[in-house]
Amino acid sequence: MSKPLVVFDKVQKNFGNFVAVKELDFEIREGEFLAIMGPSGCGKTTTLRMLAGLETPSVGEIRLNDRGMNDVAPHERDTPLVWQSLALFPFLTARENVEFGLKMRGVDKAERRERALKWLAKMDILEFADRDISTLSGGQKQRVALARSLVMEPQILLLDEPLSALDAHLVIRMQAVLTDLQRELGITFVYVTHSQSEAFAMADRVIIMGKGEIAQIGSPKDIYREPANQFVAEFVGRNNILSGNVASLSDDTARITTPSGDFTVPTNEVRLTEGHNASFVISADLVHISMGEPEGSNKAQCKLISEEFVGSMVTLFLEDAQGHEFKVQMQERELSKFDLKSGAEIWLSWDTASAHVLNES
Amino acid sequence: MNQSRTLNVVLGIYVAMVFAFVFAPIIFSMIFSFNSQRFPTIPLGEFTTEWYAKILADPDVWEAALNSLIVSCSTALIATFLGFCTAYSDFRYNFRFKGPYLALILLPPTIPLIIMALAMLAWFSKIGMSGQLYSIIIAHSVLTAPFAMAVIRLRLNQMDPDLESAAWNLGGSEWQTMRHVIIPFCKPAIFSALFLTAAVSFDEFAVSWFVSGLNKTLPVIILEIVQGNIDPQVNAIGTFVFLISMTLVVLAQVFFASRQMKSIKT
Repeated sequence: MSKPLVVFDKVQKNFGNFVAVKELDFEIREGEFLAIMGPSGCGKTTTLRMLAGLETPSVGEIRLNDRGMNDVAPHERDTPLVWQSLALFPFLTARENVEFGLKMRGVDKAERRERALKWLAKMDILEFADRDISTLSGGQKQRVALARSLVMEPQILLLDEPLSALDAHLVIRMQAVLTDLQRELGITFVYVTHSQSEAFAMADRVIIMGKGEIAQIGSPKDIYREPANQFVAEFVGRNNILSGNVASLSDDTARITTPSGDFTVPTNEVRLTEGHNASFVISADLVHISMGEPEGSNKAQCKLISEEFVGSMVTLFLEDAQGHEFKVQMQERELSKFDLKSGAEIWLSWDTASAHVLNES
Repeated sequence: MNQSRTLNVVLGIYVAMVFAFVFAPIIFSMIFSFNSQRFPTIPLGEFTTEWYAKILADPDVWEAALNSLIVSCSTALIATFLGFCTAYSDFRYNFRFKGPYLALILLPPTIPLIIMALAMLAWFSKIGMSGQLYSIIIAHSVLTAPFAMAVIRLRLNQMDPDLESAAWNLGGSEWQTMRHVIIPFCKPAIFSALFLTAAVSFDEFAVSWFVSGLNKTLPVIILEIVQGNIDPQVNAIGTFVFLISMTLVVLAQVFFASRQMKSIKT
């Protein structure tokens, strides 16, 4: 859709003998909202810090607008970062914090003030302009931090887990603020997070990282429905993962024998070989339940272990006779038709098309 | 309830006694500085400001006071600058032998003053720098820089390490960041260090006495007066010195406390 703004060209970063990230080879498109997601220690923050110039790649190169950035000092880049710790200057007022970057760039006093106030107004915190940072609430500080970066009118904004310190209800609100801003300004956002809900709610594309490597790049839907490998499937959660042996192959389906039974799966583009191991996933929300044995070739009899309510959605945790765990996600009002008790025996079933075969990772 | 009340009373008395032991000699010295009798005996004689008039009329005392002022102000500036630099190098950089480096820097106050003073005298005479006012300033800077470093280091440890990177990220060069972020953040500690090192230098006797030569500071002149005979002038000068030192220490504490409060708030 648009040209790449940033290119990571086979980037690797070592700290002593420790390889923090390797083989980072991807592009960031102009105007997209890209989330980099992974468990702690996966290298996502290192990736962001390299983009800001706070770390230098050990191998490979990062290019911004076709310009090699490896030798460009942090203060000579235009890559403002919103910090996890916010890193607001405690000895300055909200307005002085927002003015800081303009001051460093030598913008004169009147223009600095005007631009800072404009952004404070845009972030709905104009009334706190002359307040000490320490007197602001978490959400207000968050807005100051955003204004401080955006006042630089950058092409790209980097965000490092900016919402992790906020209360749950504020997180939802700030997510809306961020997506609105990104759409309105049309600038590129690179958003690092460990939270799947934040990444999936806001991003156009998501990069999943594990152990310093990219595990998958794709839209939230691709990643949720078609995880590339077991790591992604487990990280995304709410997936049922089954492993077994390929018993037979036809044109576009395969029969896989697992300890929990035999199942039919679509082969997609994954190459399967008869007699070899294979794993596949079924999203928890694509599994149906019934009291009697259902029709079809994909079914398992399970015992209900526990339920977990999140609003109107409920997740059932079940176990089959072999002790393999299954998860089912459904609307609460749908579930209430069944009158289930803990320990109840029920049948699970799913369409063949709902299953997704994983690449060996 | 009852037991804790008894305990509180006992502890209260204990604290009062500690203060009494610490301050009684000083208070007595102050009282006798206004006493007309030559010897510090009870009952007291009449109230007099004679001794104060006497020291104010003594050009030697004035010269010593001026020397003390020059020495303590210069020492405060030099020691605080050195202390800030070492504290920042500790905060910012990791390098080999950092442990020994920090241990060496913090060493001077642990050396017995008399040894330090003798060593300074021997060294300064060797290189032809003894007996000058700047000899005292150099010696005092060495002695007090570790205090300044400790105070400023404590403050830097409270700083979010992202703050410095954030300034670079917003386009600040290293020097701009030093000027607009690091120094403003450390300001209370820098003031605290200035007052603390000034106070230590102002009071210090042993090193001053050995290296001062003819440039006597106030503590040195006090000893000279006492050596000659018992003269209540000493009480008067002592009162002055005590009040100035206390003021400096209290100011250092005020800055110290203000930043503690602020760090709790943020």
